[in-house]
Amino acid sequence: MIGEGLSRTDGPLKVSGRARYSAERREMGEPLHGFILGAAIGKGRVVSIDTSRAEAMPGVQLVLTHLNAPPQAEVIPKSDILDVQPQLTTDVIAHYGAPVAFVVADTFEQARAAAALIDIGYEVVAGEFVLDENSAAPEWHDESRLGDLDAAMAAGAATIDAVYATPYHFSQPMELHACIADWRNGHLTLHIAAQMVAQLADAVADTILIDRSCITVDSSFVGGGFGAKIALHAEAILSALATRQLNRPVQLVLTRRQGFTIAGHRPASISRVRLAATREGQLTGIGHDANIQVSPEGNWKEGVATVARALYAAPNRLTRTRHSELDTGVCEPVRGPGEVPGLMVFESALDELAEKLGIDPLELRIRNDTAIDPEKHRPLSGRRLVECLREGAARFGWDQRPKTPASRRDGRWLIGYGVGSSIRGHYQTTAEARVRLDPDGQVIVQTDMTDIGTGTYTIAAQVAAAALGVPVGQVRVELARSNLPRGNGAGGSWGSGNTSVAIDRACQALREKLGRVAGTGYNDLFAEVRRHFPTGIEAVGSTRGMDDEPSYENFSIFTYGATFTEVGVDIMTGETRIRRMLGVFSAGRILNAKTARSQLLGGMIWGISAALHEAAHVDPRNGAWVNGDFAEYLVPTHADVPQIEAIALDDFDGAANHLGSKGIGELGSGGTAGSVANAVYNATGVRVRDFPITISKLLPGLPKI
Amino acid sequence: MKSFTYERANTAAEAVAAVAAMPGAKFIAGGTNLLDLMKLGIEAPVHLVDINRLGLDAIEPTEAGGLRIGAMVRNTDLAADARVRRDYAVLSRALLAGASGQLRNKATTGGNLLQRTRCAYFYNTDMPCNKRSPGSGCAAVGGLSHNHAVMGVSDACIATHPSDMAVALRALDATVEVISAKGSMRMIPIADFHRLPGDTPHLETNLQANEMVTAVILPRPVGGTHIYRKVRERASYAFANIAVAMIVREGKAARLALGGVAHKPWRVEAAEDAPAEGIADIVLAGARPTADNAYKLDLTRRTIAACLGDAS
Amino acid sequence: MPGTEDAGLPEAPGAVPLSLCVNGKPWVLQIDPRTSLLDALREHLHLTGTKKGCDHGQCGACTVLVNGRRINSCLSLAVMHEGDEISTIEGLGSPEALHPMQQAFIDHDGFQCGYCTPGQILSALAVIEEIKAGIPSHVTADLNAPPPLSASEIRERMSGNLCRCAAYPNIIAAIQDVSGIPS
Repeated sequence: MIGEGLSRTDGPLKVSGRARYSAERREMGEPLHGFILGAAIGKGRVVSIDTSRAEAMPGVQLVLTHLNAPPQAEVIPKSDILDVQPQLTTDVIAHYGAPVAFVVADTFEQARAAAALIDIGYEVVAGEFVLDENSAAPEWHDESRLGDLDAAMAAGAATIDAVYATPYHFSQPMELHACIADWRNGHLTLHIAAQMVAQLADAVADTILIDRSCITVDSSFVGGGFGAKIALHAEAILSALATRQLNRPVQLVLTRRQGFTIAGHRPASISRVRLAATREGQLTGIGHDANIQVSPEGNWKEGVATVARALYAAPNRLTRTRHSELDTGVCEPVRGPGEVPGLMVFESALDELAEKLGIDPLELRIRNDTAIDPEKHRPLSGRRLVECLREGAARFGWDQRPKTPASRRDGRWLIGYGVGSSIRGHYQTTAEARVRLDPDGQVIVQTDMTDIGTGTYTIAAQVAAAALGVPVGQVRVELARSNLPRGNGAGGSWGSGNTSVAIDRACQALREKLGRVAGTGYNDLFAEVRRHFPTGIEAVGSTRGMDDEPSYENFSIFTYGATFTEVGVDIMTGETRIRRMLGVFSAGRILNAKTARSQLLGGMIWGISAALHEAAHVDPRNGAWVNGDFAEYLVPTHADVPQIEAIALDDFDGAANHLGSKGIGELGSGGTAGSVANAVYNATGVRVRDFPITISKLLPGLPKI
Repeated sequence: MKSFTYERANTAAEAVAAVAAMPGAKFIAGGTNLLDLMKLGIEAPVHLVDINRLGLDAIEPTEAGGLRIGAMVRNTDLAADARVRRDYAVLSRALLAGASGQLRNKATTGGNLLQRTRCAYFYNTDMPCNKRSPGSGCAAVGGLSHNHAVMGVSDACIATHPSDMAVALRALDATVEVISAKGSMRMIPIADFHRLPGDTPHLETNLQANEMVTAVILPRPVGGTHIYRKVRERASYAFANIAVAMIVREGKAARLALGGVAHKPWRVEAAEDAPAEGIADIVLAGARPTADNAYKLDLTRRTIAACLGDAS
Repeated sequence: MPGTEDAGLPEAPGAVPLSLCVNGKPWVLQIDPRTSLLDALREHLHLTGTKKGCDHGQCGACTVLVNGRRINSCLSLAVMHEGDEISTIEGLGSPEALHPMQQAFIDHDGFQCGYCTPGQILSALAVIEEIKAGIPSHVTADLNAPPPLSASEIRERMSGNLCRCAAYPNIIAAIQDVSGIPS
C-alpha cells in the first residue's frame, strides 16, 4: 500500500472548487478587507505621512502607520525567517515596497482606493542594490577546505576557472499570500497560507505580544509554497493587529506584485568554479567560491557553494561564500535553495571540463563517483548516482548525443543534448503525529503538517492504512492546524519523511497497546477496539531531530538524480525550446508513485525555468523590482514543457529512517537546470555563464547570417 | 482603483455622446488592458461607458474587395474568420501569437489598437514616466531597457507598442474608421493612427478627444505568403522581443512591418521589394538602441532573414 | 424576485443593481461598479472555486466561461455581465458527481496544490470546444484546414493557465484522455 500510486484523497475537493484556501474561509462571517501600501523608495525614511484623505473614504475602518501601530516585539535585525516580524513600528525603510501603511475597509476596492490616497513624504538614502565583485565583504563564510586546491589547479592536466552569475528568483506560488485573522473572545485564529503552522503561530504570538495559547493557525489548504510560505510576513501580523483592534475578522491578500516586495527571494549570486582533473578525467580539485546577496533585515543564506561537497570525489577541495549585503530585500528559501543556482553553475562547469578533456560528460560524472562523503569521510547512504546516470542514458538514448557542439540541425533548430547530476541533502526534524482508532471503524490521523501540493493528505492515509492493515478509505487525515500534534511543516523536503515515520510509529504504538490486551491473533482490529476501548484509543508517534539520530552521524544522507535534456535553439533567433527531457532519481522508498512522479516532474520544470526563464531584475537606481509580475517574471507555460518523464528507482534507504523514505520535493531542479544549460551549449557551441540563458546572450555566438 | 460611475451604451452615437458629456469618461470594451491599468492607478476614469453591446461585431466584405472589421470583433473571432485566414493570414497569425485564449476571447479589435505600452516603468507608479505623468521624466532611459524601443525613440520615451495585431494591420495597409462625438465619421490610415513619442509620449494615437474606433478596413487582399514571426523567450503567452510581419511575393519582402521595436508598428516602405541583404539596413536606419537592447538590431536582421528563408 | 438570491453583503456606497446567472442560477446583487467579475463570484457569491492568482490577466487561475467562452474573470467588471450566463467550476460537478474532466485531472494527477486547477479545467473544456469549432492557434500549421486535436495544439491553447507546481504534463494527459487523443 505504501508506494502505491493512489490518487490524491483531496482531489475531489480541489477539482470541484470546494477546497477552501485561506482567503476563502467564511466560518468567521464576512471579513473586512485590508490593503498594504508599500514604500515607493528603496532605502530611507518616512518623514511625513498624512492619512486624512484615506480615512475619509467610504468604508474605511482603520488606517495603520508607524505613527499609530500597536506595540509589538522589538525588531530583530538579521532575523531568522520565523523570528518575530513587527510591522509598521519604524519610519525606516529597508527595501522597496516594504509596508508603510495598512488600510482596512468594508471591501477590497475601498481599501485599495483609500491606500492610494495616503500621502507620504520620504527621505531617500543611497542604497546598495547591485551585486558584483565589489559588493562583497572580504570575509569568507562557511568554508570547507581539504588539501590544496591551488596546487591541484597548477598541476591539473585540464582545468576550468570560470565565473557564473545567477539571478534573483521568487517562489510565487499560484495562491497569493493570504490571511484572514479573527480575534474572538481573546483568541486569535489565523487562516493563512503557510507551510509551517506551529512555528508561524509561535512567531505571530511573540510579535504581537499575546500568549501562545491564545492563537490557532489553520492552513488546511495551501495553494503552493515553494518556500515562500515558510517565513512570517506582513499579511499575518497586520491582519492580526487589525482584527484585535476592530474586533472583526480581517482578510488580507497580497497582490502578485507585493509577492515580490513583501515576500522574500532567492538571492542573486556570482560563482567562481574551479576544477582540476587528470587527463583520464579524474577530478583532483573542486572549488566553488560564491558571492551571494544577503539582507541587513534577514539571516537566510543561500548555500550556493555547498552543493558540490558530496557530489564528486577529489582530494583537493575548497568551497566558501562571501556576502554582499544589499538593500534589495529579504532572502528566503525558494525551492531548491542552494541547489538550483549551485548545481546549475557547477554542472555547467563540469560540462566545460568534459569538453576540455574530450571525455563524454556522462562518463566524466561516472568516473568521479564516490561511495564516501569526500569531506565528512563517512559513507554516503543510498548513493546511486551512477545508476541514475546509466539508467537515464540508456532510456534517453544518450549515445545519440551530438559529439561536437553545433553539429546537428533539424530545419531551423540546432539540436543539443545535455546531462546534469542532482544531489540534495535529506533532513529529519522533530515531528509528532497522533493516530486514533474510533470504535465506529474510523482511523483519524492528526498532525500539523501541511499539504501544499505535496500529497500529504494522501500519503498520511496510505502510511496509516498500511501500518494498521485497514483500507485507505477508513482513514481520515486532519492536517495543518496548530492545535494538532506539532511537526515541522512542509519545507526542506522533509515533510513527508517526518510525517510518515511519526504516523507509522503512532500506529505501531497503537498496535502494541491493543496487543497488550488483545494479543496478536485478532482478525478484526475495530472489534478489538470496541471490546477493549469502547471510547476509542489513540497514540502519538514522533521523530527526533537528525542531531539526535545516530544514523545521521554515521552516514551522509542525500538523494540523487540525473536529468537528460534535448533542446532546440533557433539558429536565427536564438530562441531555446525544450524538445524532450528525462530524469532518473534515487530518493529512497517512494511513498506514492503518482504524487512522487508529479513532484519530480514539477521540480524538473523548475530546472527548465531556472535555466531559461526566471530572473527578477532590480533597478540599480532605487532597488525596485522592475519585472515584478507574472507578465514579465517569466515562468514556464504549458507550451514550454513538451515530452518529459521522471523515473524513481526502486529504492530504500534504511539509514534515513525505518520506512526507507527520503524527500523528493526539491531534488529535481538543480541538476535539471544544469542539463538544460549543457544541452544549449551542445546545440550551439555558445556557453552562457550568466543565467538565465536568453536570446540576447546567445545571439552573438550564433552563426553569422 | 478610483470610484467611477458606469453606464452601458446601446448605440455608437450614444456611446460617444456619453463620453463627450463627462470629462474624464472613457469607453470600456474588452477591458483587458484598461482594467489592468485601473487596478494599478495608472488609468483613473471617472465614468465608464460600456460599449460591449453596441454591435459593431461583424466582419463584412467591402465594395473595394476588402473587409470591414467591426471595432468590437473579438481577437479570437477575427483570427478565426475564414476570409481573414485565407486572404490576410498575417493578421490571423499575429492575433494568435498574442496574449492567451482567454484574453483573445475578450479583447476587441479597437481595444487592441489602443492598448498602451507594457513598459515596466509605465506600470510602476513609483517611478517617473512621461507617458503616465507628462514632464515627470523617463525612468526607462537609464533604467533596464532590454525590451524597449530602438527605432523612433525620443529622450522623453523609449516605450514600445505591445500589439501584435497592429503590426499585421500596418503591413496590410489597413484603415481605421472612427466617429466623433458629433456623429461624423473619418478614416485614419493605420500609418497615421499611432504616434511616435516625441515630446508628447502621453499622446499615443491621433484619435481626437471623444472619438471612438468603429471599424478597421482591410483593402483587397495582396496575395503572397504571409508570415508573422514573434520572437520571445517563452514559447507562448509572452510579449515579443521583436516581431516581424512579412508578406513575401516572388521571393521578396513585398510588405514588412516590425513589432517590439518602436512606439508604433514600424514599417519603412522603402525597404520593401529591396534586395534581401539590404532590407534590414533600410528598416533599421537611424536606430537608437540602448546598451540593453542593441541586440534587437541583430535580432531583427536575423529574423527578417529567417522569414525570407521560410517563404522560399 | 422569485428564484433569485441576494448575497446579503452590506451595500457599498455607489453600488448599482446587477443580475447575473451563475451555473444556471439567477442572482440579484447591489455591487460597487469597481468589482471584478472574479471578486463578485468570490466575495459576494462565495463561489471561491474561481481563483485569484494575479488579478491582472497574467495567470489564468480566474478562468470562467461567459456565454460558453472562456475569459479571465479578473479583467472584467461584474457590471459588464448583466444577464450573462456564467459557468464556474462549482457548476461543473460536485465531489460526489464529478465531470469527466475533473475525474481525469484526479486520475492523471493533473494538479498538486490545486489552486490553478479550476481554471485549468474550465480552460481545458473550452480548448476542446475551440478546436472542434475550427478556431486556429499559434501552432496550427495550416490556417485553412481544421486544427488537429493534438498535444501540441492543446499545450499552446492551455498556455494562458500557469501552474507553478508545474503539473503541465499530467494536465495534458488528462485532457488527452477526455478528448480521446492517444498520449
